[in-house]
Amino acid sequence: MEEREKTVGSRIGMWLFLLSEILIFGGLFLLYAVYRAKHPVDFHNASLDLSRFDGTLNTAILLTSSLTAVLAIYSLQELNKPKRTILFLAITIACGLAFLVVKAFEWGAKFEHGLYPRAAVLLAKPPGEILYFGLYFTMTGLHALHVIIGMCLLGVMIGYVRRGKASHEHTPVLENVGLYWHLVDIIWIFLFPLFYLIS
Amino acid sequence: MASHSEARAHEHEAWFLDNGKRPGLRGFLTSTNHKRIGMLYLVAVLTFFGVAVILGVLMRIQMLSPDSKFVSGQTYNVLFTVHGIMMIFMVVIPGIPTIFGNFFLPILIGGRDMSFPRLNLFSFYLYLAGAAVVLVSLALGTGPVDTGWTFYVPYSLNSTVNAPMAVFGVFLLGMSSILTGINIVTTTHQMRAPGMTFFRMPLSVWGLYSTAWVQILATPVIGITLLLIILERVFGIGVFDSTKGGDPLLYQHLFWIYSHPAVYIMILPSMGIISDLFPVFSRKNIFGYKTIAFSSLAIASVGSLVWGHHMFVSGQSDTASVLFSLLTFLVAVPSAIKVFNWIATMYKGSVKVDPPFLYALGFIALFSIGGLTGLILGALSTDVYTHDTYFVVGHFHYIIFGGMGFGLFAALHYWFPKMFGKTYDYKFATVSFFVLFVGFNLFYMTLLILGWAGMPRRYYSYLPKYTDLQVIATVGSWILVVGLGMMFGNLIYAFFKGKKAEANPWGGATLEWQIPSPPSAENFEEIPIITQGPYVFTKRKTDAEKEKKE
Repeated sequence: MEEREKTVGSRIGMWLFLLSEILIFGGLFLLYAVYRAKHPVDFHNASLDLSRFDGTLNTAILLTSSLTAVLAIYSLQELNKPKRTILFLAITIACGLAFLVVKAFEWGAKFEHGLYPRAAVLLAKPPGEILYFGLYFTMTGLHALHVIIGMCLLGVMIGYVRRGKASHEHTPVLENVGLYWHLVDIIWIFLFPLFYLIS
Repeated sequence: MASHSEARAHEHEAWFLDNGKRPGLRGFLTSTNHKRIGMLYLVAVLTFFGVAVILGVLMRIQMLSPDSKFVSGQTYNVLFTVHGIMMIFMVVIPGIPTIFGNFFLPILIGGRDMSFPRLNLFSFYLYLAGAAVVLVSLALGTGPVDTGWTFYVPYSLNSTVNAPMAVFGVFLLGMSSILTGINIVTTTHQMRAPGMTFFRMPLSVWGLYSTAWVQILATPVIGITLLLIILERVFGIGVFDSTKGGDPLLYQHLFWIYSHPAVYIMILPSMGIISDLFPVFSRKNIFGYKTIAFSSLAIASVGSLVWGHHMFVSGQSDTASVLFSLLTFLVAVPSAIKVFNWIATMYKGSVKVDPPFLYALGFIALFSIGGLTGLILGALSTDVYTHDTYFVVGHFHYIIFGGMGFGLFAALHYWFPKMFGKTYDYKFATVSFFVLFVGFNLFYMTLLILGWAGMPRRYYSYLPKYTDLQVIATVGSWILVVGLGMMFGNLIYAFFKGKKAEANPWGGATLEWQIPSPPSAENFEEIPIITQGPYVFTKRKTDAEKEKKE
């Protein structure tokens, strides 16, 4: 009874936290909506500068990582196979790392072309494009920060499973970390079309 | 039940006595017990309050004469900025939820602790870290922040002062506030004793619960807005910079989307506690329990849609202004419902004006003045005349100091005997209330008059014709500070030298009064089973009354 209540409690707490995370990004989505409505043509032109291939690749990587995160929890909760859980957690972290590497190449390319805040090349462009890249770096940067935090949490979970702090009978913390990782994924699912696809 | 708990009082150990692994101060600083964390917040919040009061007094001294050279104009800017940041983000917003929410929420609903004790302690240190970053920022870099507590762009972007660091400190304070909110919502849902239905909860719990939702939903928006200020200053991303196509007005929108609901974060817990006090000191059930409970939720939800009334003269569209003005008038309705219900509770009750109740009555008087002057500011035409004058400053202090502040003082006097098991001097508390009340009105009523006469806020100098009123306001502020000193002096004296308090000095019917003063670390010997509402007084008497009968 006590144990079950604690599980429900930690789940409520986690969802409330995720809600506040969504609202943090909500402020940025609001800015995006306003500026896109103000400068539709500039936003279109600027989005052509992004590499759709990189974006799609990263989307695929993150979706895969969400699957492996689910499999990690499933292996412990339903199958009681901690070693498999650790393996899947490691794959999830690796996916996160791959995502960051692709992201780093993408950002690097933008820097090379002078498409970053305060760069002369960007400042010479129309205001909508400056705003587009301001938002692009802010939103993908904040998202990347969440990916890094998520990877750290997943790493901690590997330790938890090893030491039996997360086990077949007791998975709430692992589930919560899984929820966090899905949040990271779903925010990207919104960022991807907004920056790469709509034009 | 009552006699049982008295018998147990001998074997019971007060929450602040050392019985854990780590004794002394270290045990206090690392304990996850909700009462100890509440106590840590109490000390921290009141310390910052004291510092911010001193900054306020310095401003008033500068205003004694039109050509005063007490501080420079730039120092005056820093004074009102730091006074605002400290009062708003370190005292008023965290105040009641972190002190009394932590200390009493679990007791009021019949639980042993908060849902997430470790998160609770973490949020305290996050709060301290945020406060430290703000304070250290004043000494570092290019000079202390002078933007006003609202950090309005474009000034906060163009100014060279060390604003980014102060803004980051406020960001940390906001994160701490979100975590407290999450803890309170979860605790209210999870830790209630058997039989403690939502409609048997004391109204103070409803106040904390509604507040916690606003904390969770509104605070992230200011979090990201503050981050954007930092990114704008450090990297120049352009979203609020009009030279790059950004819109400074959007900053105001994002800022007030949080900061108006934040006003309700400040006032709602206070209203909840006042709702607890009226039945106790009238010895009568609260009038309209459900309407008070739901009006808290109504304030929390409608209050989230009125932010545009801070921006009537900023250049937003007339349609938006009309709508925001309408919604602003709407939100006055649930507030008025509460005030009328409190007054109706006293009707035909057996009213006893003990010090806590005196502060509650003061709350109603001051909050009503604040609320009614708010209608003048909420109306489009009169706002154009009064905006950015002392009238706004007076209105705001009536609501926040008169409302939240007096609610906090009422709670302090109400729960002090329970928290520390000591009783304070009632007569002295009554006298200090009146000194405080007179000083308060002399000060802030004069600000309202000055504002109506056209005195703009945030100026370090003024036209000679305002001199008399400015001097009166400053004298009022001194009386106010004397009143504060007397009040806190009385309580601090009682903390060390006070007589032992009884378990239920006011004859309250809520759960905290059914356990010994001070409570034990575990709150209850056995988790109580709740069979009735929080304000059923017929069968309960205070200890003194019981002794008389026996």
